[in-house]
Amino acid sequence: MPVAVVFLLRAVVLILLWGFVVAAVVAVRHDIFGTKPRKVRSPRPAPAPRPAPAPKPAKPPRASRAAPSRVTVIEGPGQGVSVALSSLPVTIGRATDSTIVLDDDFASSKHARLVPNGDAWLLEDVGSTNGTLIGNSKVTAPVAVKVGTRITIGRSTLEIQ
Amino acid sequence: MTGILLPVGEKRRSTELALIGFSAVLILVAFTSASAAYSNKFPSGLVEDAIGFIALSLVAHLAVRRFAPYADPVLLPAAIALNGLGLVLIHRLDLSAQKTAHAHSQSAGTAAAPLQLVWTVIGIALFIAVLAVIRDHRRLQSLTYTAMVVGLGLLVLPALLPASHSTVNGARIWIKFGGFSFQPGEIAKIALEVFFAGYLVSKRDVLALAGRRMLGVTLPRARDLGPVLVAWGASLLILTRESDLGSSLLFFGIFIVMLYVATQRRSWLLIGLVLFVLGSLGAAHFVPHVHERVQIWLHPLSPRYITNQSYQLAQGLFGQATGGIFGTGLGQGRPDLVPFANTDFIGSTIAEELGLAGLMAVLVIYLLLVMRGLRAAIGTRDDFGKLLGAGLSFGLALQIFVQIGGVTRLIPLTGLTLPFLSYGGSSLVSNWILLALLMRISDASRQPLPDRPVAPDEHATMVIQR
Repeated sequence: MPVAVVFLLRAVVLILLWGFVVAAVVAVRHDIFGTKPRKVRSPRPAPAPRPAPAPKPAKPPRASRAAPSRVTVIEGPGQGVSVALSSLPVTIGRATDSTIVLDDDFASSKHARLVPNGDAWLLEDVGSTNGTLIGNSKVTAPVAVKVGTRITIGRSTLEIQ
Repeated sequence: MTGILLPVGEKRRSTELALIGFSAVLILVAFTSASAAYSNKFPSGLVEDAIGFIALSLVAHLAVRRFAPYADPVLLPAAIALNGLGLVLIHRLDLSAQKTAHAHSQSAGTAAAPLQLVWTVIGIALFIAVLAVIRDHRRLQSLTYTAMVVGLGLLVLPALLPASHSTVNGARIWIKFGGFSFQPGEIAKIALEVFFAGYLVSKRDVLALAGRRMLGVTLPRARDLGPVLVAWGASLLILTRESDLGSSLLFFGIFIVMLYVATQRRSWLLIGLVLFVLGSLGAAHFVPHVHERVQIWLHPLSPRYITNQSYQLAQGLFGQATGGIFGTGLGQGRPDLVPFANTDFIGSTIAEELGLAGLMAVLVIYLLLVMRGLRAAIGTRDDFGKLLGAGLSFGLALQIFVQIGGVTRLIPLTGLTLPFLSYGGSSLVSNWILLALLMRISDASRQPLPDRPVAPDEHATMVIQR
């Protein structure tokens, strides 16, 4: 075959090889670079564009105050982990089958959970050893949480958003 | 695991199909390039082979759609690209072998590429079978000790068989019966990874918690050193009895890293490193063939070795140097001058004909494969799956490092294969099985959260009404 064709094919092989690499990287892009844990130092974080990985609840937006839409670990070992509040209860604890797994020595395996109740969400402690705190008060009975509520479990802090 | 959200619930099978299409084009062009450079006519049989391989990839893809719909979209295309590229290189080396035989008017040996294609068919069939049979990787946990028996059995079998049934080219790592030969080490590797994962999940607490702090690391108690010492002894045994440097290193490395992943204690890495250094220094002094390997590694161009022992390594180095950055082009170098260019030295074939650029691309594809495997391990919610995923991925990474490291003379040469690329049935088939397990774990890690309410705890349930 003509030398030019052979040379062209040789170049195309290398280009395709790297093309495959680039295509594969693009395919998993948001998984490689991750999503930045949002800084939650200010009381009301600016609404950052969300890389929606979890399916969002298909609920009509409320007219008055925003309903809780997700719960995020803002401090502690699992910082940045975030779970959407849809229609299913969210369990929190060290057990690996919890919805939010806390790798925190001061948390119990089954520590607390968030349960939907109409449009509201209730937080209850499910018999943890060290207790669940909202501010400085211990959660003894199910208590409604709002956007901005901080929940302290062991060394971790979770925020309702 | 700070701040990484898992893309739970996305299937992304179309992405996988597109990537498979991309690798199909790559393989077709590479085939054409190799053949065009070698002869003036469009090669016969090429289209059939390539189309057969692409059809196989599509079958694998359909099986993934059916059995592991949430699995990672990159794992399968990466494996297909590597396997296809391997077929191209093996085919290309066949052409050289035919030409050489023709020039010396001898009959050429059996062509390797058609055999490798047959092994690919078997490998992909087993890939599908594993995905279909093992619907939940946690079921493997109940096979922990069975896996240990199978793994150790396969590993020591060549040492027990008479040499005529187990030795090929000085390494006693084969099972040969009649015309059929099989290298059990690769399957044993997977079985042992299953065993390590199951064993460490149940023993992790005692290995992680007991011990006292010294110099900033928590040292384990003396009696908890048992398992490590057993693993160390076993790998030394493989080394001395079977003359298999690569597997020995691989098993010990996998065990230490899985121990570290299970316990999160750096002291295990330290202990492993100390044992490794002791073991290698001892072996380099007292085991003759290891001593020779080290000498060859240090002085590959010395007149004492270059005509015989280090001929292969030296030719491989010359080949890689000839390749330069962009390579000579497929079919235009002389990788066939290196003995075993299609198995142990396929890395140097790539470096010669595709150049540093090609070798780097292949290594990045491996990197993606390993990274996606580790990603699946991080994402899985059960400890056994995490450990197994991490072990399988790390094993793959270590094998590639040891292999390419040996060929490029970073470390002494060992006798491992390059996953999916090297010619060899047992290696190819085992790697497809390994890939199926990774896909299974990845599928579990990316599935949406279970659609059922959490089972109520008896003491914590309250009915709330307002």
